[in-house]
Amino acid sequence: MGPVLVLVDRDGGSGAVHASAPRLLTLARRLGEPVAVLPHPAGAAEVRRLARYGAERVCVVEAPETPDADPVALAVAAAGELAWQMGASVVLTASTRTGREAAARVAVRLGAGIVTAASDVRPGPDGPVTVQEVCGGAYRVESVVRGQAAVIAVDTGSVPADAAADPVPGQVEESAVERLFVRLPEAARRARVVARTRKPACRPAVSCASVVVAGGRGVGSAAGFGLIEQVADALGAAVGGTHGAADLGWCPHDALIGQTGAVVHPKLYVACGISGSVHHRAGMQHASTIVAIDKDPSAPIFRIADVGIVGDLHQVLPALLNELARRRADMQADAAPAGTPDPTGESTPDTAPVAAD
Amino acid sequence: MKLVVLVKHVPDEAADRLFTAGVFAADLTVDRDGLSCRLSEPDEYAVEQAMRIARRRMDVQICVVTMGPAGAVRTLARALALGADEAVHVLDDALHGSDAQATSRVLAAAVERLGFDLVLCGTASTDSGMSVVPAMVAERLGVPAACEADTVWVGEDEVMVRRDEGTAVVDVAVGMPAVVSVTDRIGEPRYPAFRSIVEARQKTLRTWSLKDLRIPAAEVGLGASATVVRSVTPCAEQRPALLVEGEARGAAARLAAYLTEHQLI
Repeated sequence: MGPVLVLVDRDGGSGAVHASAPRLLTLARRLGEPVAVLPHPAGAAEVRRLARYGAERVCVVEAPETPDADPVALAVAAAGELAWQMGASVVLTASTRTGREAAARVAVRLGAGIVTAASDVRPGPDGPVTVQEVCGGAYRVESVVRGQAAVIAVDTGSVPADAAADPVPGQVEESAVERLFVRLPEAARRARVVARTRKPACRPAVSCASVVVAGGRGVGSAAGFGLIEQVADALGAAVGGTHGAADLGWCPHDALIGQTGAVVHPKLYVACGISGSVHHRAGMQHASTIVAIDKDPSAPIFRIADVGIVGDLHQVLPALLNELARRRADMQADAAPAGTPDPTGESTPDTAPVAAD
Repeated sequence: MKLVVLVKHVPDEAADRLFTAGVFAADLTVDRDGLSCRLSEPDEYAVEQAMRIARRRMDVQICVVTMGPAGAVRTLARALALGADEAVHVLDDALHGSDAQATSRVLAAAVERLGFDLVLCGTASTDSGMSVVPAMVAERLGVPAACEADTVWVGEDEVMVRRDEGTAVVDVAVGMPAVVSVTDRIGEPRYPAFRSIVEARQKTLRTWSLKDLRIPAAEVGLGASATVVRSVTPCAEQRPALLVEGEARGAAARLAAYLTEHQLI
């Protein structure tokens, strides 16, 4: 088993290492010796974290001639170079926009087979075996990537991050971080970022929240989405929407869940006024628990829901809010000084600082 | 200015037995002959965007390119009706079962043969949805790519793209020639008028084979594919469900109880 290159992305919001990195490293450990490739400098804590999840080497890529280079171009140049130097046979990226673009370009450079949105990867006799879901999640496809090299973009939402069983302490220290200098081709320099406008954010982003409350056309109006937001706040959840709701301007487009929007894997998904079109189901059917609230008992969403409530969401949701408030009050009364527990029920260090890429 | 739009002939989700059986042929490729197929919806947005660019400039020529079986002419006819000026169909029996590598190679060769200033694509096809072909074509052509654009402005020798990166909205300027893939936020495709559907029949449709593109048949297709599908299994999506009907307060209480019991709140 040779080295496995893991292209680490940076989180657009906090600038830290993206939450997908530990998950990719977890998979990479199965396939060989993980090498983390970072298109940006990393602090000592981040390097230690990468080592804890199994990174045996950490390479930071720099392009001294182009200080504001596109991270994708840096990652691609570095992966091409390193794969050749180390004889790496597998390159893993996250199946995000930047990850897929990097995967595509690296695959062309290496002449490698490419698989995207893999939900699982494991070693096989002829090459890595990947699992994907196609046709909106209706079919599960298992494929082998043959040949010299494989480039795999992993849908990290469905992969747990496990720390390495025997992390070698002190093996990767900050001093051991390798620096790799690359020169970008002329074509890669023709793209430049002109402006970057930050968006105000208060709720967790849908793509990595552990609880998602989503509304569809059945919510009825933009004002109706206020109710969805209240429920989301009560559950500490992200707010999502269907294609229909986003098109009508009831919810922002970045909250869109479905085939062309975010694909989510939360622990709890609450679908309100959503009939469950193919497009939408493709984005949410892998939630661990699905709760559906809709007026139409024959809506397809009830076929995949764990709990279905047939009723008007404008009555059910306020009742649910009351019920949640009542339970919370009871709980506070029971354990008065201890304070309320974390509403999401999850506060592991790896999921806490997560934000969308 | 020469605009090339890459489109794909995909199974129609709305019309079909996608969720019953018969999507896959015996060699585990998508059985496009047996299914009713159409122009991939995200690609309609790319054609529409090309049309909008053409409205603002005098010198724009739009060519749509697809690689697919004989039935893909219907997809091209649709793209021509939506406003493209001419179409190229890469048709060759050896292409059956091509992977992303071979597809991008063929499309890049076709685009190169046509000549281009800007290549537009949809973000992802609705069947395989890998969304890597635009970037792969760009890499093969040696040009920059701007993927998943929400807005596109075309300048004299530069294309400006706005894209949503979750926490920020980013404007990127890319020197042409370039490849841009567009999302479905870029503007709804219009429904073609009967007149343009009729006119589309008069437009040029060229059919190219692998020989025309100088690609050896042995290097594409199912045999040369680096990814080999081993098995395809339908996902069983029947969950043991709890269906609550009746009055809202009782339903809400049962839901809250369920969530507490399963430690979800």
